Amino acid sequence: MATAAVQPRRSLFARPTATSGFWGWVTTVDHKKIGILYGVTAFIFFILGGLEAIALRVQLAQPDMQAFGTEAATAELYNQFFTMHGVTMIFLVVMPFGVALMNFFIPLMIGARDVAFPRLNALSYWIFLFGGIFLYSSFFLGGAPDGGWFGYAPLSRIQPTTGMDFYAVGLQILGIASLLGAVNFIVTIINMRAPGMTLMRMPVFIWMSLVVSFLLLFAMPIIAVALFLLMFDRLFGGVFFDPAAGGDPLLWQHLFWLFGHPEVYILILPAMGIVSEVIPTFSRKPLFGYAAIVFAGAAIGFMGWGVWAHHMFVVGLGPVATSAFALSTMFIAVPTGVKIFNWLGTMWGGSLKFTTPMLFAIGFVAMFVIGGLSGVSHAIVPHDQQQTDTYYIVAHFHYVLFGGAMFGIMAGLYYWWPKVFGRMLSEKLGKFHFWLWFIGFNLTFAPMHILGLQGMPRRIYTYPEGMGWDWWNFIMTIGSFVIAFSVLVFLANVAISRKRGEEAVDDPWDARTLEWAIPSPPPEHNFDDVPVVEARDDWWHKKYAKRPTGEPARVYAGGANGESGGGGIHLPSPSYFPVIAAFGILVMGYGVIFYLPAVALGALISLVGFFGWVLEPSVSDEVGHH
Amino acid sequence: MRTPAGWRRSAFVALAGLLVIVGTACAPDAPQDYINYQKGPIAEEADRLWDVTFAIAVAIFFIVELLLIYTIVRFRARPDREAKQFHGNTKVEVILTVIPALILAGLAVPTVRTIFDLSSEPDDALQIKVTARQFWWEYEYEPEGTEDPLVTANEMHIPVDTPVFLTLEGDDVIHSFWVPLLAGKQDVVPGRTNHMTIEADEPGVYRGQCTEYCGLSHANMRLRVIAHPQDEFDEWRDDQSEAADDPRDALAAEGEELFLEGECINCHAVQGTDAQARTGPDLTHFASRETFAGAMFENTTENLRQWLDDPPAMKPGAKMPDYGLTTQEIDALVAYLQSLE
Ligand code: HEC
Ligand SMILES: [Cu+2]
Repeated sequence: MATAAVQPRRSLFARPTATSGFWGWVTTVDHKKIGILYGVTAFIFFILGGLEAIALRVQLAQPDMQAFGTEAATAELYNQFFTMHGVTMIFLVVMPFGVALMNFFIPLMIGARDVAFPRLNALSYWIFLFGGIFLYSSFFLGGAPDGGWFGYAPLSRIQPTTGMDFYAVGLQILGIASLLGAVNFIVTIINMRAPGMTLMRMPVFIWMSLVVSFLLLFAMPIIAVALFLLMFDRLFGGVFFDPAAGGDPLLWQHLFWLFGHPEVYILILPAMGIVSEVIPTFSRKPLFGYAAIVFAGAAIGFMGWGVWAHHMFVVGLGPVATSAFALSTMFIAVPTGVKIFNWLGTMWGGSLKFTTPMLFAIGFVAMFVIGGLSGVSHAIVPHDQQQTDTYYIVAHFHYVLFGGAMFGIMAGLYYWWPKVFGRMLSEKLGKFHFWLWFIGFNLTFAPMHILGLQGMPRRIYTYPEGMGWDWWNFIMTIGSFVIAFSVLVFLANVAISRKRGEEAVDDPWDARTLEWAIPSPPPEHNFDDVPVVEARDDWWHKKYAKRPTGEPARVYAGGANGESGGGGIHLPSPSYFPVIAAFGILVMGYGVIFYLPAVALGALISLVGFFGWVLEPSVSDEVGHH
Repeated sequence: MRTPAGWRRSAFVALAGLLVIVGTACAPDAPQDYINYQKGPIAEEADRLWDVTFAIAVAIFFIVELLLIYTIVRFRARPDREAKQFHGNTKVEVILTVIPALILAGLAVPTVRTIFDLSSEPDDALQIKVTARQFWWEYEYEPEGTEDPLVTANEMHIPVDTPVFLTLEGDDVIHSFWVPLLAGKQDVVPGRTNHMTIEADEPGVYRGQCTEYCGLSHANMRLRVIAHPQDEFDEWRDDQSEAADDPRDALAAEGEELFLEGECINCHAVQGTDAQARTGPDLTHFASRETFAGAMFENTTENLRQWLDDPPAMKPGAKMPDYGLTTQEIDALVAYLQSLE
């Protein structure tokens, strides 16, 4: 900020002015900083979820283990760990990693100054962070959730510790964050594209972000309903899921999977978007079948709502419903297959550079194929009734969510790292990371296919000798340590890059989209001049077709809004209120579980936050000129 | 950047390593391995569908992965070649959309047929009602005449070559009944009645377990199905239908008294006595069972003593509390339980 006058006006507190340091981060409304906050937080949770996974693998390394003390302690902790591992990786890692990249890059890729609602964006982040802290605090407050990430009723309503209370309330809190983020991204993408950026010129990552945001918008309310009912069952004597009182356990499953299946696409589509940016860049070719990829993404978004009961093929739906969902499940494979062929087509005829992001993107394609094929095999219902709830399923969704989503996210991190932090990551360490990760991943998850087909059920904390499962379990445990080691390599890479990494130029990969037209890291206001988009892959187009000099067309930033041409860019000012409003929600969360009157206190805090927010102009009077 | 030869070498090493691992994996002793063994027509029917699907999936896997590898090698960056700038190829795209759709349509037909086949109740089936509870199974055989139904736990005895139609009910949480070598699984949902058919075509002991996460001891909720030739099964059934034997010695008699006067009677049934509760397993012929507590433990004196001493320590979360029994009481109860043949 140019000036830093401290003159509170119409505001409860002095307007924050710090742009760096602790308060700078806490009060920021800059989409790039919020993106970094999301990413760092997601990474910390990734480590926690990973440690839980390691604990699970240690316990399963051999038959009849008691890795956590007594038999009872082992069972208890194992059940908490596998529940929290799932909750963490889905809600606190893969989703927020996607949101981190969307936050940082949606405005940059569409040529905007920020997201549509910067303070709302900050609110999303703080609610997300507090939701995560809330969930993890359960470990110290009587035990973590232990009813599975899927929280099947009636077990979830009768599990004795407060763990599942934290689940019901914690996911609710995280849901608010996702919902706010979704609204924000939808408005941003629809309204804030640079001139000339028509829908069919948008980068595929933007398309996938848009589809994901719509999925979130419609899916989160469904789980919100389910969680509310569960919360009432657990905390206020409700009987929605109590069969003895006429409640219906299957109601939970329908609600959960009606959310849960679109959720799968919420997790994977951002990765597909990333890969659709990375592969063309390093093939030096436009995406093969852009329209097909976009439509396939949208089709997956729609069809994703019609397959939820394939998670319920053994609950007794009857042959008609079962057949219908078998068919819809088979056919959702078609648009997914289309994407695979399009990525192959993009590489075909290209000039492929195997940088680290490209390796992860190719790894994504190679591994996702496996997850897709095993997915189709679940639609063969009579055999799904054998494999469901076995390790075969665990293998399947790890090939989709780790082999798919996490490989994609890693591709994205390596690809965009120089843009975000202004320094290159080491290619040498990056490739080492990739190969360790790739091998560790396959060592850990490929054997799960075999174990599942040999009848090993999932979610068991122990298994006896003589089942023929010992060998593979041991191998898988080794594999999980290889993955852990590869993550350490990544951390080392990051640390070295921060210290003495090579400085990144604006466009180190000779890439295709707008974010590479501006400095690395981007200035606070992103674009000096709002770019005018003339083609898909506009930046590439300008570099190689129109203007060999690479100069973008000059349109003054802010001009579009009727602000003084060239006079300055009004950036939203930092604010205390999002974090205050979010904090109130955290207090309400604890209040619901432990001391009801505290809910009022939390509500009051949030109210203060929202009032202050409403009364505070988004751009402070004294600052905002650049 | 690595040389092409380096690439090829590392790919080869990785592949060889993988093959070694796969090669050593053949497990001789795999009692729940439904992919290599099916011991009844229902499991076989599912397996036939799998065989077709698996073959197609493997074929597609190799086509796609080999194509990917070919692309990687063929189109790697070289100074003498520029990337070809094309945006798509409608013909190829349409073909590659239609082919998978056709394959899937081909798979859909037998799948739907089998779904309907398996969902109907077979004629002349033996009827057993299965009740799943945290963390054990109760079986109630439909009475043949007017006598009381035969009730037993965890170990289900069936005749070979006869379809067995199971009616599944539960009243605590969701469980799932699974005996992989005989059939796919079916959830037991409280408040609903589900059905499934199992059938064995060879005598033997078939292992299974609960496969819907049901709480602390979900991993310890196992079961066995023991298939007999018809005459052996009839004999078993006759034996089990009788009331419990009288205690055979003084110690056992003392145990019976403890059982009937103490806590045990609140939860367990022993036919021929006043004990008629069904919150725990029916113990009328307890000694004839090979295992107990969800088919977790061999039915040995030592295990039984340990069980009575502190059930939840042996099986976390077991719904039978520790009653602080003295050694003498345990001696007597064990003697009594072992007399229930
Ligand atoms: C509160 C109810 C309750 C009481 C009282 C109770 N039990 Fe149990 N018992 C159970 C339950 C439930 C199981 C099944 C536990 C499992 O497998 O998870 C069980 C299992 C058993 C088994 C193993 C049966 C099998 O085949 O799996 C034996 C033997 C047994 N109890 C004996 C006794 C004796 C002797 C007493 C009296 C000291 C007693 N129980 C008191 C509930 C009870
Ligand atoms: Cu169970």
